[in-house]
Amino acid sequence: MTISPFILFWAAIFTSNILLTNFLGMCSYLSVSREVESSFGLGIAVTFVLILTSALNWLVYYYILVPLNLVYLEYIVFIIVIAATVQLLELLIERFTPALYYTLGIFLPLITVNCAIFGVALFMIIRRYTFLQTLAYSAGSGLGWLLAILMLAGIRTRIREKMVPTGLAGTGITLITTGIMALAFVGFSGIVNVQ
Amino acid sequence: MLIVRDILVASAISGSLAVILVIAQRYLNDYGDCTIHINQKRDVTVKGGISLLGALTDRQIFLPSACGGKGSCGTCKCKVDNGGGPVLPTEKPLLNAQELAGNIRLSCQVKVKSDLSITIPDAIFNIRRYNAVVSEIVDYTYDIKGVTFALTEPATIDFKAGQYVQLEAPPYVNVKQKTIRAYSISSKPEDNNHIQLIIRLVPEGICTTWVHQYLQVGDPVSFTGPYGDFFIRETQADMIFIAGGSGMAPIKGMLEHLQMTGCNRRMLFFFGARSPKDLYLTEEFKAFEQVFPDFTYSPVLSRANPEDNWTGRTGYIMTYLPEAIHDPKHTEAYMCGSPAMLSSCQKDLLALGVPKENIYFDSFG
Repeated sequence: MTISPFILFWAAIFTSNILLTNFLGMCSYLSVSREVESSFGLGIAVTFVLILTSALNWLVYYYILVPLNLVYLEYIVFIIVIAATVQLLELLIERFTPALYYTLGIFLPLITVNCAIFGVALFMIIRRYTFLQTLAYSAGSGLGWLLAILMLAGIRTRIREKMVPTGLAGTGITLITTGIMALAFVGFSGIVNVQ
Repeated sequence: MLIVRDILVASAISGSLAVILVIAQRYLNDYGDCTIHINQKRDVTVKGGISLLGALTDRQIFLPSACGGKGSCGTCKCKVDNGGGPVLPTEKPLLNAQELAGNIRLSCQVKVKSDLSITIPDAIFNIRRYNAVVSEIVDYTYDIKGVTFALTEPATIDFKAGQYVQLEAPPYVNVKQKTIRAYSISSKPEDNNHIQLIIRLVPEGICTTWVHQYLQVGDPVSFTGPYGDFFIRETQADMIFIAGGSGMAPIKGMLEHLQMTGCNRRMLFFFGARSPKDLYLTEEFKAFEQVFPDFTYSPVLSRANPEDNWTGRTGYIMTYLPEAIHDPKHTEAYMCGSPAMLSSCQKDLLALGVPKENIYFDSFG
C-alpha cells in the first residue's frame, strides 16, 4: 500500500465511510442520534478514541505480537487494549476536566463496545497500513462516523415533526433513512478506492 | 512449550493493563467520604466514586431500577437538590422538560463526588430493616395468634395503618434457610415503637409454624418494611371493610388508627369465618360501634351448627353487600383475606356499581 495518508484521510470520510459503507458502529449510531448536541459529543469522542486506540494497537501488533509470533491473538489483544484505554481515558477526563466529562466523557463507556473502533483496528492490519496511514485512516474514519451521526441526528429532528406511519416509527424509519444516506454516499465512490 | 509462552504473553499484556487500571482507579476515582442528605431527615455517609443508585443500595435504600443502572429504563429517578453536577447527555432522553426543571435525575447516572442533598418518595425512604424483640403473644383462636414486637434498632417505625412488613424466620430445627413472609401490621401507627402481627397457623407453613411453636416472648426477630398501598384514603366516602381469618389484621390497625383521629364516615365491617370458634376480638369490634357515630360490626358465619346457638348472620358476606351499599359511587371497599373470598367479593362489588378504583385489597394465599 503506497497510498498517501492525506488521500486515505479523505477517502475514510467520504468514499469508504466506516458507517455508511461498512455499517460498523451502528448500535450507538442508532441510539444516540436523537439530539444533534449529544450526537456531536459522541462523534468527537469516537474520533478521539479511534485515533488513540488504533495507534496503540498498531504499536502492540507490530512490536509485540509480530515479533513473538502471536498475531493469531490479535482479536483478544485488540479488545483488551481498547477496553482498558477507554476506561483509563474516562477516569482521567472525569478527574481532571469535569466540564469535558459532562459533554464527552460520559459517552466513553458506550464506545468500548463500538464495533467501528474494532473494525478500524482490523482493517489497518488486513490492509497493511503504515503507522502514518493508520493515524490518517482512523482520524478519517472517526470524522466520517461523526459526519454520519450528525446528519442522521439532523434528519431525525426533522422527522419528528412529520407524520411517520406507526409501524415505521422509531428504529424503522431511522434504518430506512440510513439506507438512503448510504445510497447518497455511493455517489462519492470511484473518486478513489482504498478498500 | 510454545503455547505456554503464548498464554504467558497474553496474560502479561492483560495483566499489566489491569494493574494500570487498578492503580488509576485507586488514585483517580478517590473522592473520599461523601455525605448524602436524604429528605432533610437522614444523613448517610458513603465512599465517593460510585453511582448514587449504588450508594443508596449499599445503605439499604432501594430505589426501583429495572435495567440495573444502565440508564435505559428511567425508573431510578429521584430529586437531586444539590451537588449532582449538570444533567448528563445520557439522562436527557429519559427526562421531560418538567422533570429537568424540577431537578429530577437518573440516580444511576449521577456519580457521588461530593456531598449531595436528595429527595426520594417517603414510601421508599421509610422501608428499612428493623430489629425487635417479642414482647407479647396472645392466643386469639385455636389457630390464630397475635404477636407484639417491641422495636429495638431503630426504636421507632413510621407507617400507615394497613401496611405490611416482611418478617424473617431464622433457620430452626429442620429448616436450613432464612424464610421471609409478609404480614399486615395489626396495631395502630400512633404506637410507633411496637408493631403487632396476627398470624394464623398454616399446616406445614415454615414461618407460621415457627411463630406458633417456637417463638417465645423475649426472642429477637428482624423484619423489613413498611410496604404496600393498602391504607385508608382521605375522602368522605362510605367504607366497607371485608376480612376473613387473619385478614382482620390490617382492618384492626385501620380502625384503631381512626379511633385516634376520629372519623364520621359511614363504616361497615364484615368478618367472614366458619364457626364461632373462628371468631376473635368480637367484643373489641362491637365496642367500636360506640366509638364511631356510624359503624357496624357484622361477623358472618358460613358453617354455624345448630348447637352453636348462633343468632348472627350466616352464609357468605356477598349476600349482605346489596343492603350495605347505599351509594355505590361513593363507597370504598377495603378487603383482606383469602384470594377466593377477595375475588368473589370484588366481582359482586363491581356488579353493585362500586368503581374499580375504589376497591383496595391485600391478597394473601
